[in-house]
Amino acid sequence: MPSTTINPTRMELTRLKGRLKTAQRGHKLLKDKRDELMKQFMDVVRENRALRRRVEEGLMRAHGSFTVAAALMSPEMLEQSLLYPKQSVELEMSFQNIMSVDVPRYRFRTHSQERGEVYPYGFAQTSGELDDAVDAMSQVLQDMLRLAEVEKTSQLLAEEIEKTRRRVNALEYVKIPEMQENIKYITMKLDENERANTIRLMKVKDMILKEAIQDKREADAKAIQTFGGEDDAPTAT
Amino acid sequence: MYKIAVMGDMDSVLGFKALGLEVCPVSTPEEGHEALHRMARENYAIIYMTEQLAVKLSADIARYKDALSPAIILIPGKEGPLGIGMSNVKTAVERAVGADIL
Repeated sequence: MPSTTINPTRMELTRLKGRLKTAQRGHKLLKDKRDELMKQFMDVVRENRALRRRVEEGLMRAHGSFTVAAALMSPEMLEQSLLYPKQSVELEMSFQNIMSVDVPRYRFRTHSQERGEVYPYGFAQTSGELDDAVDAMSQVLQDMLRLAEVEKTSQLLAEEIEKTRRRVNALEYVKIPEMQENIKYITMKLDENERANTIRLMKVKDMILKEAIQDKREADAKAIQTFGGEDDAPTAT
Repeated sequence: MYKIAVMGDMDSVLGFKALGLEVCPVSTPEEGHEALHRMARENYAIIYMTEQLAVKLSADIARYKDALSPAIILIPGKEGPLGIGMSNVKTAVERAVGADIL
């Protein structure tokens, strides 16, 4: 059903046709964008799942060792041992543009006072499990940073895909059919107007002709009455 | 220069301190709420949060989901993974595709 507010005029028709063309081009472009985003997204999500599984496993191992260490050492001692880290992490963030979506890229550097040394404590008063825990965590750190990047990317891409998908669907199933319907309505209305006009002209012509004939007949009758007799002129009937 | 923080209960996050990450031990959700918003305002690019804490702060996390920074990444706490991190991945797929296809 065409909306009730459109004017069935030629100007409106031209305008609508232009809009339809733009909408169709926009629809095609958005569809391409959606497909490409989806392709990228699937890659990212697969990596995300694999990384997450790895990080979770690694962290559980670290937590396991850590719990044992916490059981063996007093809480104060444990906290003291870890209080002043030897290593520091520097993070730089840049942005990468995937199909007009800005996603973060992290680059990080670890600074260590002594090369290859992550344990910030002396070995005399700490348990061996603590070494294991710190070791496991430092191994998983690389994956954790990558996970942050990948997971954020997948979230941002998902949002953009959702938006694009909505737009594509709105154009495909609402906007474009509505415009086509309106165009059809206007063309039909204009054609109808044209036909009505032709018929009206024909009718008017008929009426004028009838009037002219009538006038002619009246004039004839008058002439006969004035100049002729009944015997030398044919009767009108 | 951006910073990385780890949020969660004391026992779960203490180990990260040794790696040079910033640690923010949180015991109550209110504390977490406050700390999270403070860190989001400051220069934190990545915030790791234990799933146990994330359950209580889900509304606050949702706020930063579509923002470029910070990235809030869930990690299992010392009690073990709750599966929220994995289900978030699934939610993202569902959001994008409309169905879980993996």
